[in-house]
Amino acid sequence: MPGDLAMQAVSALSTVPSEPGAAKPDPILVTDHVTRRFGGLTAVEVDHAEFQRGAITALIGPNGAGKSTFFNLLSGFDKADSGTWSYDGAVITNTAPHRLARRGMVRTFQLTKSLSRMTVIDNMRLGASGQTGELMGAAVLPFTWRSQEKKNTEKAMELLERFNLAAKADDFAGSLSGGQRKLLEMARALMLDPQLIMLDEPMAGVNPALKQSLLDHIRDIREQGTTVVFVEHDMDMVRDVSDWVIVMAQGKVISEGTPTAVMGDQRVIDAYLGAHHDQQLTSTGESLTEGSGS
Amino acid sequence: MDFGFVLTQSITQAIGVTAIIYLLATMGLNIQFGYTGLLNFGQIAFVAVGSYGIGVFVITIGWNLWLSIIAALLLSIILSLVLGVPTLRLRADYLAIVTIATGEIMRLATKSIDFLGGSQGISGKMGDDFYALNPFPQQDRFEFGPFSYTRNDLWVVIVGWVVIAVLLLLTWALMRSPWGRILKGIREDEDAVRSLGKSTYLRKMQALVLGGLFGTVAGIFWAVAKQSVQPDSFVPDFTFFCYTILILGGAARVLGPVVGALIFWFLLVFVEQTLILLVQGGTITFLDTTQIGPIRFILVGLGLMLLLIFRPQGVLGDRKEISLDAR
Repeated sequence: MPGDLAMQAVSALSTVPSEPGAAKPDPILVTDHVTRRFGGLTAVEVDHAEFQRGAITALIGPNGAGKSTFFNLLSGFDKADSGTWSYDGAVITNTAPHRLARRGMVRTFQLTKSLSRMTVIDNMRLGASGQTGELMGAAVLPFTWRSQEKKNTEKAMELLERFNLAAKADDFAGSLSGGQRKLLEMARALMLDPQLIMLDEPMAGVNPALKQSLLDHIRDIREQGTTVVFVEHDMDMVRDVSDWVIVMAQGKVISEGTPTAVMGDQRVIDAYLGAHHDQQLTSTGESLTEGSGS
Repeated sequence: MDFGFVLTQSITQAIGVTAIIYLLATMGLNIQFGYTGLLNFGQIAFVAVGSYGIGVFVITIGWNLWLSIIAALLLSIILSLVLGVPTLRLRADYLAIVTIATGEIMRLATKSIDFLGGSQGISGKMGDDFYALNPFPQQDRFEFGPFSYTRNDLWVVIVGWVVIAVLLLLTWALMRSPWGRILKGIREDEDAVRSLGKSTYLRKMQALVLGGLFGTVAGIFWAVAKQSVQPDSFVPDFTFFCYTILILGGAARVLGPVVGALIFWFLLVFVEQTLILLVQGGTITFLDTTQIGPIRFILVGLGLMLLLIFRPQGVLGDRKEISLDAR
């Protein structure tokens, strides 16, 4: 049963034209003229992009399209050469990542950053925000944070149940499989009760059996009222789960629209397969499901 | 000389003044390196701040000991800030480079600045205020079975272990708290912690300051116990012995440094005294007593290598934990 916000988002998106930089009825994240150069290479050059609140937006593109770099800029892990962007109406250009996280914009990483030599439950507890015991002075006075810790642990266990990790709570995170680490990272991000969750290649390195369950979890997150933006280069996954797709190639947004509209867009097919993929003497081109990262 | 004497000597040294100094400094490293993953290769600089703080403030300037201790601790915090502000935003290796250089700069600077005693160092009764508090009755020696202490030594060693116990308790309380959890998170992956809304810069700075203060306490203790501060005592080796002790005992374990220091100093003295016994008794003829000093380090080093091969987690560590890849 889709949540209200999700339903509203989907119906709102149906009126949005399929063109790069299209304005959304209720954007949670808006970016303008964002550029990032590495020496002579312009990795990101996005004129304008908007991300609808309550929707699942996929940011796709072939390897090297600048998706992850764009993601890193928006989440504060890299500094842009120019441009401005705002979240929930407030300008957040080049804001430090921990400040963004506190404001409800939380991201995960392509190479999973589970904290290996800490237990799964400690990974989860670390995610909880506003902990008194994280102040050095209060840390030595357990009575100031014990009840809060108990509440956080309960919340963490609920999330672990939901993500099928409860049995692993006391194991080291480093002993989990790749897919379980992805789940843990997602669950940990949810400890912050984010408004906007940004998933960097949530499917990378996950075995096919677990992919379906990951997709369900992503839908689930949206149903609970959290806006989801994720980077992916696997088109099949994108078609399954997203409400809106933004396609990047060579640092620019080349197309956006509903998954079906985007899949049929000649610019997208050209970007993925090369403009001359159907002519003779070219190789079979880059497989849609191959490769990692961008 | 017999084997009982060797054993008594080894135990006395393992819980003695030098071991206490190393142990305090290592407990600081445990917070910085063991829990937070900060590579401080210049713990000796913090120790020197403590020792020279006492030497200069008490002897050269003439303050009382307690005021000097506070001043030395403040200087230690300033040193941490000076080292941390430019480096903690950068990759971990920069702190390592800056700290090891600082340790050497401190030693060479104290050697050439007359106000700091020059190459002579500072000697004098800098611990008098402390020894005046000695509650033990006036008598030459205190005997406990085979162990024997002078009145002042007994007082120093007891206070030393009490200070250690208090700081261990503090470490334990901090590391089981959410604050300690952030430190461990930083050690594992700083970016992950930042993505969860925590300022890692602040926590790294706090860990650097706290670990440095432990080192400074070691230095204060050194100056008070030995009543003399010599620039050439503050060599980089000190820090590396501390790392040895830490890894031997088990990093990121509250009691790791204690176990490490006890074993390290016991072995060092035990090997030395045993060799002396054997050489003087004529059992070993190919060495003379002057060669024993270096030989004991070779043997202890060999022992440590074997330990790291067969028990890389240290005495108190968890093998499963250490075999996980760092990220």
